[in-house]
Amino acid sequence: MHRLSGCPSCAEPLEEGDRFCGVCGHAVSAPPPAAAADNPTVPIPPAPPAPAAPPAPAGAAGGYGTPAPGVPRAAAEPAPGWGSAASAAPTLVDDPAAWAATPAEPDPEPEPEQRQGPAGATYASSDHGNPYGTGTPPEGTPWGPTEAPYAPAAPAASADGPEPRHDRPEGNPGTPAEGTPWGPGEAPYENPPQPGGAAGGRTCVACRAGHVDTDGYCEHCGHAQPRERDHLEEELGSVAAVSDRGLRHHRNEDSFAVAATALPDGSAATVAIVCDGVSSASRPDEASAAAAGAANEALLEALPRGAHPQEAMHEAILAAAAAVNALAPETPGAQNAPACTLVGAVVSGGLLTIGWVGDSRAYWVPDDRAALPRRLTEDDSWAAQMVAAGLMGEAEAYADVRAHAITGWLGADAYDLDPHTATFKPDHPGVVVVCTDGLWNYAESAREMAQVLPADAATRPLHSAQVLVGHALDGGGHDNVTVAIVPFATQPEQEPGPDAEPGPAAGPE
Amino acid sequence: MANFAKPNAPRFSVEVYQNEFLPEGGRDVHAIVTVTATGGAAATRTAVADGTAAVVLMVDCSGSMEYPPEKMRGAREATAAAIDTLRDGTAFAVIAGTHVAKEVYPGQGRLAVADATTRDRAKEALRGLSSGGGTAIGTWLRLADGLLRGSSAAIRHGILLTDGRNEHEEPAVLRATLDACAGRFTCDARGVGTDWDVKEVTGIAHALLGSADIVADPAHLAEDFTRMMENVMGKEVADVALRLWTPVGVEIQYVKQVAPSLLDLTDRRTEAGPRAGDYPTGSWGDESREYHVCVRVPTATVGQEMLAARTTLVLPGAAGEPATVLAQGLVRAVWTDDLAASTAINAQVAHYTGQAELAEAIQQGLEARKMGDVGGATAKLGRAVQLASSSGNADTARLLSKVVDVVDAVAGTVRLKAKVADADEMTLDTRSTQTVRVKKT
Repeated sequence: MHRLSGCPSCAEPLEEGDRFCGVCGHAVSAPPPAAAADNPTVPIPPAPPAPAAPPAPAGAAGGYGTPAPGVPRAAAEPAPGWGSAASAAPTLVDDPAAWAATPAEPDPEPEPEQRQGPAGATYASSDHGNPYGTGTPPEGTPWGPTEAPYAPAAPAASADGPEPRHDRPEGNPGTPAEGTPWGPGEAPYENPPQPGGAAGGRTCVACRAGHVDTDGYCEHCGHAQPRERDHLEEELGSVAAVSDRGLRHHRNEDSFAVAATALPDGSAATVAIVCDGVSSASRPDEASAAAAGAANEALLEALPRGAHPQEAMHEAILAAAAAVNALAPETPGAQNAPACTLVGAVVSGGLLTIGWVGDSRAYWVPDDRAALPRRLTEDDSWAAQMVAAGLMGEAEAYADVRAHAITGWLGADAYDLDPHTATFKPDHPGVVVVCTDGLWNYAESAREMAQVLPADAATRPLHSAQVLVGHALDGGGHDNVTVAIVPFATQPEQEPGPDAEPGPAAGPE
Repeated sequence: MANFAKPNAPRFSVEVYQNEFLPEGGRDVHAIVTVTATGGAAATRTAVADGTAAVVLMVDCSGSMEYPPEKMRGAREATAAAIDTLRDGTAFAVIAGTHVAKEVYPGQGRLAVADATTRDRAKEALRGLSSGGGTAIGTWLRLADGLLRGSSAAIRHGILLTDGRNEHEEPAVLRATLDACAGRFTCDARGVGTDWDVKEVTGIAHALLGSADIVADPAHLAEDFTRMMENVMGKEVADVALRLWTPVGVEIQYVKQVAPSLLDLTDRRTEAGPRAGDYPTGSWGDESREYHVCVRVPTATVGQEMLAARTTLVLPGAAGEPATVLAQGLVRAVWTDDLAASTAINAQVAHYTGQAELAEAIQQGLEARKMGDVGGATAKLGRAVQLASSSGNADTARLLSKVVDVVDAVAGTVRLKAKVADADEMTLDTRSTQTVRVKKT
């Protein structure tokens, strides 16, 4: 279904199995949106006098992925152009007062609780609207009277989730979606190519004249051949991810891991981890791969035994950090230790849990595009910190050359590892876009991200991930691009019993 | 102590040092290729295989060797010392060189096999050496070539001693002889006294992949010859070539040996299959050498990566047989818009670029000095002092200080000495191509 008939870049007809166009070298597995003939029009809100909506003046409400106050998040007054007030209220549990009360009382009073410092650890807010916390949601919150959404009894709810299954190593590799460039059993993640062996006999994608030698270079023109990691795609029923080298970097230093598992009650849980290797460090590609793998493993170990997802996410980030630290050379004080960022999303039991370190992000895009999309993460970046600390205006901070310098990462030379986690309980379906800055540099605000994301993202996550990567490549592809799409379906209506009080996520500090 | 774990033949390894990052539009790729051979005979001392080496000693017996007579005596003693250093089983011969070449031992166009008896006979034959006649080095080399060709030994080596200019032969004839002999045997060349021509002696050594040096005082000849012969006895593998494969569109700028001494190999290429060429490196014992490879690649867009050259160390097979690959290293080119990455200069490349400039500055400075160009000589030799100092080339710095008065080594300020001994100038000239390795910090 996603199969292209011609190269998205130069229209050269493609042959079966082509991953790169034979004429222009364009990566054909990541078509730009325009090229996808079957791509429905992306709903663009009837252009309102849109709030300039800088995505996240990070200062307010620090941490915790609360969206920028500048965004009409509370949508107290019916957000012009964003649909009705009701639909503009994606109910995210972290901020029930703001999110849930909206339909009821159009009180424009924004965030009453500017409760956290800029560096506010996300766990610190668990007593303020954290779903596991003690905050009392206003009457009429869409998720019912109890603050206990993590009901263990939730049945499998993933909209199109297949049988719960474990992740790749032992399980079903997932049906490769139509249109994936790999045939069955050829999925890059499943069968890493034998170094050297598989390379022989291939024809160079650059000159089309020479064969590829065992080192991965053309024996004629010398050009490096696309490596498996240059473009990776993976789709499990409930989640899909695409990673691409981009157009300006010589290797892909991003990495991802996606997996599906089951909670103790048999319901499905979905995991997506995306990591971005820090280029200025050594072996960033190894760092990101190690982190994504370790975090994924940790979650797959913790979730099936009933661990609280937010706590599991916290532990997963610590496990990822340990994996990256282990890559560092023995010499103490090595300044160049491998390092990477991490952002992860877990959808389980009607909850959405996010965790991150660094400047990789997660966005929430409701299936109903009239509803408000939002960014769920706060960058660990210089600019975000400056804004958060009130030292600079957003425009000024982001114009600075240091703007994108990250202030948090995984790696042996990280100062103080401060994993941020947050849990939400959306009351309407949507998708989570989990991505590296290679994508969000080309769709910075939640609104822009929502515009680029195909409308059918929830049902065709792989295609949507391909479209987003294509968007970044069309924009210039200056960095590696990685995006995971995690659809979130609301639970069938079911009220957790009042006794279903999960342990509050009193987070490890 | 012998390490019995090591096999007789050395193992080769290749390491490539380079900054592979090029800016947009960048084309020149520099790399230092370090080749290390370990585990050969020099390490074991016990791994002697009969008939693996053949050596011909060429001793200048021209009339000038008697002026002063110490030269002839020194040459005789040095040759005897070299013979004593021969391993049992090594094939050898001694040639007396004048305007013609004469076999001194064993004669009749043969090589002797070293043992106690042949060594004694050879030394006895040396006593009959007398001086008289001219100098035609090409004839010596041709005779040595003829003798060595009769040997099946893998290591074929010559040791040549002269005290004067090649006066009884056209330079073109010597050149043609060297071209013919190149690749058939290797040869070390020594000049004794100060009446010989530096370019001639270094030219022989370069062409035949051996070392060149001055032995100004004949009394030191025996010591030098012993060391040279020990070096030859340590060789285990001959005719090793550095094979350079380059993709279509890549131009080879140069290929130079840069350590332990400078030797430009660019013009010594022989084709070895599509887009590949072999550069001779001669014979190897336990040792490490470094090569500076510079290629010009077609430009590519940022984010591209290509293999700029593949360097392979090969042992040519017998006729019709494929070459044996001993080790290989890759020289890459990666285009980036990260200026910090593309403007960095690899420390090894920088170091050997400096060593090459040092040798050139010395040679040009001495040339200018001979021409009476005081300003040019001062500038060049000053630059040489500066480079020798900054790179830690203490030997060359010491030789320079005998030719110039160093005012400020860091700034390269020098004054030409009014009086310079011929031996000092010739020593500096001959050894200008000696390099030092990168300082390990």
